[in-house]
Amino acid sequence: MGLRTPLGTALGLGPAKEGVSHWWWQRVTSVLLIPLSLWFVFSLASLAGANHQTVVDWMRSPIVTALLIMFVISTFYHAQLGVQVVIEDYIHTEWLKMASLLAVSFVTAFLSLVAVVLVLRVALGG
Amino acid sequence: MVEFTLPANSKITAGVTHSASEGTNNAKSFKIYRWDPDSGENPRIDLYALDMDRCGPMVLDALIKIKNEIDATLTFRRSCREGICGSCAMNIDGTNTLACTKPIEDVNGTVKIYPLPHMQVVKDLVPDMTHFYAQYASIKPWLQTTTPVPPDRERLQSKEERARLDGLYECILCACCSTSCPSYWWNSDRYLGPAILLQAYRWIVDSRDEATGERLDNLIDPFRLYRCHTIMNCSKTCPKSLNPGKAIAEIKKLIVARR
Repeated sequence: MGLRTPLGTALGLGPAKEGVSHWWWQRVTSVLLIPLSLWFVFSLASLAGANHQTVVDWMRSPIVTALLIMFVISTFYHAQLGVQVVIEDYIHTEWLKMASLLAVSFVTAFLSLVAVVLVLRVALGG
Repeated sequence: MVEFTLPANSKITAGVTHSASEGTNNAKSFKIYRWDPDSGENPRIDLYALDMDRCGPMVLDALIKIKNEIDATLTFRRSCREGICGSCAMNIDGTNTLACTKPIEDVNGTVKIYPLPHMQVVKDLVPDMTHFYAQYASIKPWLQTTTPVPPDRERLQSKEERARLDGLYECILCACCSTSCPSYWWNSDRYLGPAILLQAYRWIVDSRDEATGERLDNLIDPFRLYRCHTIMNCSKTCPKSLNPGKAIAEIKKLIVARR
């Protein structure tokens, strides 16, 4: 039982003074992903049937390498921001929410790092 | 965690059927949610058949007719019967609206009437509005100024400044929008919801108010403001045809603009 006033309950712990950058970057990455995704899909389509060396040569172009890295980083960052919202919306058990948020951050950070390393490895040879 | 099992008193049983009286040519059926906390029973759906030749045109007219002539225990809020007090907000035919401005003839077949969704029910069609009103109080819905009022006149606004309040001041706080919002259903403990955010914006854009910065400060929160995912149920359901979704977007734009 609680005897806190309704206003006290509504005010809670006060405003967190953050949330703007999450909102902003979710929009920035989504706008960025429109041209990047189109470019990526059309590039793959035009490379369909090409041999291994052609694809490697394409990836080694500095512009293509940079665009690929930008594409994977913004994809995983956008995914992390989106899934974070879903978790905050639906998971109300505090420890499970925290564990899920950490797991999503680690997994998306790791996957984007792996993708960047792989792009660089092809691009820089090895 | 989202609850996959229903909490107590969520399972609705079949209720009592009140047939239309003899000689009714123009009958219309109303299925109405009934729950009495004192009975210890689960909610039920009662069916009332009314003679439309002897009933007013709006859903509220039907509810009042039922209460007066068939079942005096039917409980609902009503006051102005002209869409300005917001008391008779309820879920009619699957949409939150005001019973007093909803024509019965707009509903095909049986008229289904439930209380506003995802609110604690006090009895029948009466939801507990305590938290909703407390959230309203939390945004300090009054003019805040440092400059004293001029001794010889009111605080003046230009016509353009006054026009910015159009589409905002008409809100009657009926809570149709907030209780149609899935984000408000899941997180109303912290999310302010469309009605309160529209009211917050009404004071943010008031040219006479001098607390704009503090008002924005108090909204910058992942839950208070940013639980709005522009689902837009609020703007779709508003019985006053206002656009809370746009008001929330304007708040977000102002916060970005002052960065």
